[in-house]
Amino acid sequence: MVFCGQQREQSVRTALAYVIAGWSGFFVMAVELLGGRLLAPTFGSSIYVWGAIITVFMLALSLGYLAGGRYSMNAPSVRRLGALLAIAALTVVPLLIVAEPMLEALSIAVPDPRFGSLLSAFTLFFVPTFFSGMVSPYAVRLLVEDRRSSGRHAGQLYFVSTFGSAAGTLLTSFYLVLLLEVNQILLALLMVSVAIGITAWFAHAPRNENDQ
Amino acid sequence: MTRARLLLSLLICLTGAAQTAHADLRLVHSERSLYREVLVYENGDVRCMCFTRNCRVGRQSCIDTRHPDRMVMHYPRMMLGALYVNPAPQSVLIIGLGGGTLPRALRQVLPDARIDVVEIDPAVVRVANRYFDFGESDKTHVIESDGRVYVKRALRGTQRYDLIMLDAFDHEYIPEHLLTQEFLQEVKSLLSPQGVLAANTFSSSRLYEHESTTYESVFGKFFNLKRDNRVIITRAGALPDAARLRTAAEQFVSAFRPFGFDATEVLPLFTQTRDWDPGARVLTDQYSPANLLNLER
Repeated sequence: MVFCGQQREQSVRTALAYVIAGWSGFFVMAVELLGGRLLAPTFGSSIYVWGAIITVFMLALSLGYLAGGRYSMNAPSVRRLGALLAIAALTVVPLLIVAEPMLEALSIAVPDPRFGSLLSAFTLFFVPTFFSGMVSPYAVRLLVEDRRSSGRHAGQLYFVSTFGSAAGTLLTSFYLVLLLEVNQILLALLMVSVAIGITAWFAHAPRNENDQ
Repeated sequence: MTRARLLLSLLICLTGAAQTAHADLRLVHSERSLYREVLVYENGDVRCMCFTRNCRVGRQSCIDTRHPDRMVMHYPRMMLGALYVNPAPQSVLIIGLGGGTLPRALRQVLPDARIDVVEIDPAVVRVANRYFDFGESDKTHVIESDGRVYVKRALRGTQRYDLIMLDAFDHEYIPEHLLTQEFLQEVKSLLSPQGVLAANTFSSSRLYEHESTTYESVFGKFFNLKRDNRVIITRAGALPDAARLRTAAEQFVSAFRPFGFDATEVLPLFTQTRDWDPGARVLTDQYSPANLLNLER
C-alpha cells in the first residue's frame, strides 16, 4: 500500500516536472515574440531589433541554466520547480505596467536604435528569461534516478521543453495576436504559469519531503 | 467538341501571353539589402523598381526613361491630391522613398518647400539615385531611419510639417507599427495646424475595414480615394467641400501637365462614403495583426 502510494507520488512529480518544463518553453518563446511587438513602436522592427531581443533571451537563458543547475544541488523538489515558474511569470508584471514610459526614456537616453533596443530588451526581458532558464536543469535533477537513464531523461526533457517552445511560437504568431492584445496575452501566460506553480506547490505533499 | 476547342484556344492564349510577358520584361539591376531584394526591371521605355521577382503585381515605383516627368503609375497622382486640401505647404515629410516619384514631383511644384524623405533601406536610396533620377538637393533631405522612430524623434523637436505622405507599404508586407492608432496620433501631432496627411495603402482585404476605423478614430472624416490603390487624404481640422477642392485643383493644371495628367481628373475620386464595417476593431500598438488580416480576402 505504502509502496503504491509512493509510486503514484513519484509519477505525479515526474508528470509535473515535464509539464513545467514544457510550459516554460512555451512561455519563453511567446514572451520573446511579444517583446518584438513591444519594442517596435519605439525602435522599429528591423533585423537588429530582433537581434537585440534574441541576444538578451539567449544570454539570460544561458545564465539561467547555470543558476538552475546550481540551485538543484540543495534539497530539490517539485515545489521549488513550480516556484521558479511562478517567479519567472511574476517578473513579467513590470512589463505590463511600465514598458511604454521605460522604452520612451531609454530611447532618449540611447538614441542609436541598435544599442537602445539592446538595453531595452535587457531591462525588460532579462529577469523573467533568466528564471525560465533555471527550470530545465532543475527539472533534470528531479527526473534522473540513475546514471544509466540520465541521458534518456535529459533527452525527453529537452524534447518537451523545445516542443513547448515551438508550440508557443506558432500559436502566438499565427493566432493569439489576432485574438488578443499584447498585454492580454502576457497576462494569460502569467496566469497559466502561476496556476501550474500553485498546483506543484500543493501536489507536493509534506510526507514526500521525509522520503528523500 | 466546342468545349475542347475553347480549351485549346484558351491554352494557346495563355501560353502566348506568358511568352510575351517573359519577352518584354528585362532585369536591369538587382541588389540584396538588409530588408529585401531591390530589383529594377525595364519594359520598353518604362523602368520599374520591384521588391519581388513577380514585378507585374509588385511594382513599387516606375519611371518613363524618355519622359522622366511623366507619372507612369496612378497612385502618385492621387497622392498629389493632398495639395488640393493644402495648396502651399512649406515643409513636406515623406515616409518611404521607393523610386522617388513623389519627392521629384513635389520639388518641381513647390521649389521653395523643404522636403524630408525617410527611408529605412539604404539600398533603395542608392537605386533611386542611380536608376530613378532622384538625387538629393539642398531642399531635399533623405533620412535613413525607420518611419516611426523618425516621427517620435521629430516630435521632440520643433519642426512641424504642412504635408505628410505615408508611402511605406507594399502588397506583401505592411510594417505593422506604421498602421496603428498611436502612430497616426503621432503623425497628427507632427502636422502643422493647416497640415494635411496623404497615405498610400493597399488594402482590399479584411484589413480595409480595420484600417478605415483606425483612421476614423484619429482623424474623424477623411477622403477615401480608390482606384487600383487606396489613398487616404485627411487633416486635423474640417475637410474642404467639393467647390474648394475644384478651385485648388484648377490652380495645379499647368503645374501637373508635365506629369502627363490633368489635375482635375482626380477630383471624382474624392469620396467620403463610409463603405466599411464601423464595428471593425481599431488597430493599436497592443493589437496590430495587420499582415494576418491582410491575408483574409
